[in-house]
Order: sequence, then structure tokens, then C-alpha cells
Amino acid sequence: MRHIDEYRDKDLIRKLSDLIKRVSNLDYTFMEVCGGHTAAIHRFGIPSLLPENIRLISGPGCPVCVTHNSFIDKAITYSKMDDIIVTTFGDLLRVPGTGSSLEKEKAMGADIRIVFSGPEALDIAKSNSDKKVIFLGIGFETTAPGIAVTIKEVEKAGTENFYLLSAHKVMPPAMEVIIKEGVKLNGFICPGHVAAITGSEYFNFISTKYNIGCVITGFEPVDILHSIYMLVNQVNSSSPKTEIQYSRAVSKGGNVIAQKNMNDIFIPCNEYWRGFGEIASSGLKLRREYERFDAGKMMPIKVNNQEDNELCICGDILRGLKTPHECSLFATACVPENPVGACMVSIEGACNTFYKYRVNE
Amino acid sequence: MSEYISLNHGSGGSLAGKLIRNIFVKRFGMDEPLTDSAVLKENGLLLAFTTDSYVVDPIFFPGGDIGKLAVCGTVNDLSVSGAMPKYISASFIIEEGFSFHDLALIADSMSSEAKNAGVRIVTGDTKVVEKGKCDKLFINTSGIGMMKSGFETISSAMDVKPGDKLIINGPIGNHAIAVLGARKELTFSSPVTSDCASLNHLINNVLEECSEIHFMRDLTRGGLATVLNELADMIFSGIIINESSVPVEEPVKGLCEILGFDPLCLANEGKVLFVVGNEGHQKVLDVLRSHPLGKYSEVIGEIVDNGRNMVILNTAIGGRRIIDMPSGMQLPRIC
Repeated sequence: MRHIDEYRDKDLIRKLSDLIKRVSNLDYTFMEVCGGHTAAIHRFGIPSLLPENIRLISGPGCPVCVTHNSFIDKAITYSKMDDIIVTTFGDLLRVPGTGSSLEKEKAMGADIRIVFSGPEALDIAKSNSDKKVIFLGIGFETTAPGIAVTIKEVEKAGTENFYLLSAHKVMPPAMEVIIKEGVKLNGFICPGHVAAITGSEYFNFISTKYNIGCVITGFEPVDILHSIYMLVNQVNSSSPKTEIQYSRAVSKGGNVIAQKNMNDIFIPCNEYWRGFGEIASSGLKLRREYERFDAGKMMPIKVNNQEDNELCICGDILRGLKTPHECSLFATACVPENPVGACMVSIEGACNTFYKYRVNE
Repeated sequence: MSEYISLNHGSGGSLAGKLIRNIFVKRFGMDEPLTDSAVLKENGLLLAFTTDSYVVDPIFFPGGDIGKLAVCGTVNDLSVSGAMPKYISASFIIEEGFSFHDLALIADSMSSEAKNAGVRIVTGDTKVVEKGKCDKLFINTSGIGMMKSGFETISSAMDVKPGDKLIINGPIGNHAIAVLGARKELTFSSPVTSDCASLNHLINNVLEECSEIHFMRDLTRGGLATVLNELADMIFSGIIINESSVPVEEPVKGLCEILGFDPLCLANEGKVLFVVGNEGHQKVLDVLRSHPLGKYSEVIGEIVDNGRNMVILNTAIGGRRIIDMPSGMQLPRIC
């Protein structure tokens, strides 16, 4: 398959692996911020190609994993109302809220429908004009522009029964929290898809302000190994900077049209993250002129901001402080078919990935 | 969170296994291991008996329909148990308002597939339920086959040993992707057709002409990953699979990349895994490849004695990882 096979070339990968082993003469800890990277790293068996002195830890970039209890609880509350259809990406179904999940409510008869995109949810709204259709908006800078365009479409079509419940988030504030908490990091494997939208300059402050290198990375094995090699070289030469490995998709300035769409519709707001709590300016909410599409504004409900299961260490895992094996619930009380924490839910979650591929066993 | 049935319990993976063990096996007093067919001994006759229900959505898809699927599935469950499929029952649960025309098309397709497989549909039942109480049409088929002598234990994998080779009869994942592509809610149309086929003639050729066949299992709902994990648990040995040897068609690969599916976990309806002694494997490959349903057969891995019942994948890029039992719902109502 073109654009895939060349980045999975066995010989090239062996060469990269050898090269990394040759130049890695220190101890290195790199964080892959994006859940897509966590999944790719373990799916391809990348750790088996790295020397022992390179440690990869998983970051907060799985949108499902960082979705707060209270968001799930709100969605569940809406789903129990007779005149509401909740539409969601499939991964969110199993995320535990306080005592229930969307999956459980769906099994009990709530009208919750899985969609693959915003426009699909809009179609459901158009063909169910007697119901209110709420779309659960999760995801980072990669997803938000698409949802922004959907909101524009909703407005253009004059659809009056489509609402967004937004938990959209932006990446840099969470990365900054991780740095400030003192996680020992020698570099970030930065999210390639986020940067395709935002541009690489978006991450410059991490290397300039905190002296931690950033390499914007693609999602194929060659990309990931290449970027690890670039990060090792940055550490070895004590020259942290923001570099683009994923140059076939990412530029310094990013996708200006997507950014404009996002900015037309959303403004930053404080947002709750599972495991982090509230982070200032880390969320995206609808601008005032689009508030009529905001489920929370138009159909206000209150849920308690309950804390997660106190034994669950998803928060520490998302912040790179601990690995799944350090959790007393991991693979015992918390398994993919019955997740306690959100990191066990998504295929991009660190716990799910570690469980599925029995990492470090 | 686990005291209700969710779609995941129907996925054929680990949750389905737990449901069957915890609810049915102990109440019905069934014998483990649970295999595709029960092998029954009556008056010196060895019979294989199996049953399966079909709820695929949509009922027509590229490469087949719910009727063809219902015949092939039961024929295949008997065949992989080492039996010659003989007689099949067909029961229909039909939603009020379903069209005669479509029902006739499906019955035609069952008739033609039964002829093709050399089985007779000999009994059946029809129920109609109110609109909205079932989705168009559900079919149950049961089947009886005559056990071929010498293959009574093939489903239990008793003879599997380290060094044995694993062979599959062609590319995986087509059925799942074909059905998914036929669903209206997805916005892509795909050129992929289902592999839905009766495998009894292919399997019969192998059993007649080859030796050292130690295990067979058709790769259905939970895909290759599920069968490999079930096998590893049965034999208490490890399995090594070479990703680059596992055949997957390009369009299936591409759609898996886009949709985030793992081909190893996708449903098939015309694929069978053989575990064959090392000496006999080339002959099996030759016999398979000489049949239209086995043209693209490949050796995909081998049984190893690594002291752990774990399935390891040598990834195509030269890394290693575990293949775990798929735990959740990949796709509901795929068969």
C-alpha cells in the first residue's frame, strides 16, 4: 500500500534501530503525547527494537482517556431524557462515569448512537426533527476543526435540533502541567496530527521555555524510530529544539483554513481532565454567537463532580508519573471488558495497550 | 457494570466465552472443551451436531446474504470438527412486513448453497414477530454430520505439538469489511466481497489426501486472533505468527488503517486454520492451493514450546508483540 509500505520497510527499520542503539550512550525518557503513538508503538512492537536505556512513557493525548467523569455523567443524564438522541464516537461508550457508562445506558434502552463523524450526527438530527440530537464532541486540535465545520453546516442548513456537548481540548496546557509537575523527561514525541493543524511552532515554547526537545512525529514505525533518533541526538548535543520529523504532513504554520474554522466557532475555556483536574484555557467552547448549539447552555443540567475510583491511578499514568503495572487494579479489577479507569477503555489508552500487548510481561 | 448483556457479549471474544461458561455450561452440564460441534456416539455411529443463529445486518451484502451465510456457517462448523455435513435444519424469525420477494431470494440462495455443499435442508420452522421486535430476518440452522473415522479428537487439539505449522486458506478480514461496507451508515463503498463459502469439499480433500492434521477451526466472529488464543489455551503451548505471512487483501488493509481495525480480529466466513505436523505441511499446502477456495493458502506460523500459552506476533517490521484475545466489540451483527 502506497504511503504505508515505505514507512514499514523492514530493512530501513533495522538500520534505524541499529543507529539508535549505536548513538544512545545516556539514559533517555521520552513521552509520546498522543494516544495514536502509544497504540502504534505497541502494535508494531517498537520497544523490542529499542535499547534498554530508552524509556518511552505515555502521555495525556488520548481524548477518551482524559474525558472527565462529569462529562460522561452529563451525557448519561441527557441520554435518559425521552426527546434526546445522544450521538458519540464509539470509544466513549465504555468510559466509566459515576456508577454507569453510556454503554450500560444504551443496553438499558437509552437512544445512544455511534457515529464516525459530525456530519453523520447532523444527518441523524435532520431525519429526527422531533428529537434533540446531542453530539458528544471530544478530541484535540485535530478533531475540533471538523466539528467547527459541522456547526457551520448546521447553521447553514437551519437545523434547529442539533447540539454540541463540547469536551474539546487543546494539547499545550496539559504538556505544560506535566513539565511543571517535575516529570523527568528528555523529550516529547509530539502529536503529528495535532501539529498538521496547528503547525510545529505551536510547540516551540516547550523547547525555548523549558529546554525540552520536541519532535513532531508521524504514526508509522519508520516515523517513530526516526523521531526517537532525532530526540537522542538533541539530548546528546544538549540542544533541545522543536523539529518536524513528519514533514510530509506538518509545516511550521500548519493548516490555516482549519485553524480559522476552529477559531470562528470555538474560544478557549477552562476544562476538566481526568487525572489532572481543571486546567486553565485547555478546553474549547462554542463562541457566544453559536451558543444556541451548545447543549450545556440550552439544556442546562447539574451533575456532581465526583472523583474517580481512589485506587485508580489513571491520573498519574496520564501525567507520565507511573506506568500501568504500578496500579493495583491493572489486569485484575480493571480489564478492557470491565474498565475502572478510562486509560483501559480506548485502544489509544496506555492501560489498554499495555494489557492488550502484555507489555513488560 | 457487568450484570447485563451488552453487545460485547455477542462478539465471540473473551466476554462471549465468559457468558457461555458462567450461564450455560454449568447449567446444561456440557463437557469442555467447547468446540464447533458436539460429537455424539449412538449405537456405534459417530455423529457431529451443531447449531448457529444468523443476525447479520444488512441481510444482503457483497459476496452473499444471510441465507448463504446460514448454510455455510453450519456446514463449516461440522467440517472443521472432522465430519461430513449431511442434514441441515432452517428456522426463520421474520419481522412483520418483510417482503416475500426478499425471503424467496434468501431461500433460493440457501437452496443453491446447500446443493453446492452437498447437504440437504430437511426440517425447519417459521415464526413472525411484530414490526420492530426483530430486524427483518433472523435465521437459525442446525446440522448433523457423519464423523470421519480417525478425526474424533481433531477439535480438541490433543495431538498438536511444538513444531507443528499453522496454515490458513487465504486472506482474512474480507467478510467483516464487506458487511461493514454494505451498511448504510458508513460513508464508504468498498470493492471487498465476503469470503462466505462452504469449506467442506476443501477440508475433505485435505483430510483424504494428507496426514498429520492435528487441528482445524473456522475463523469466524472473533477472527484469527480469537482462534489462536483459544488454541493456545487448549494446548498450553505458545504460538508464533509471522505477520508478513498472513494474507490480507490491499483494500482490507487500507480500510483497517482508516477505521482502526486489526485484520487479525476481523470476522471471516470462508477461512479455516489448520495445524499440521511439520512433515505433512507442504502436502497440505499443495492440496489447498489446488482448490479454488485455497488458492492463496499460506503457512502463517508455528507452535512453539516456550512454556507459556501465549500468542506472539513477529511484526512485519521486525518487532515482536503479543496477540491477545479481542475483548470488546469490533463489529456487532457481523454474522
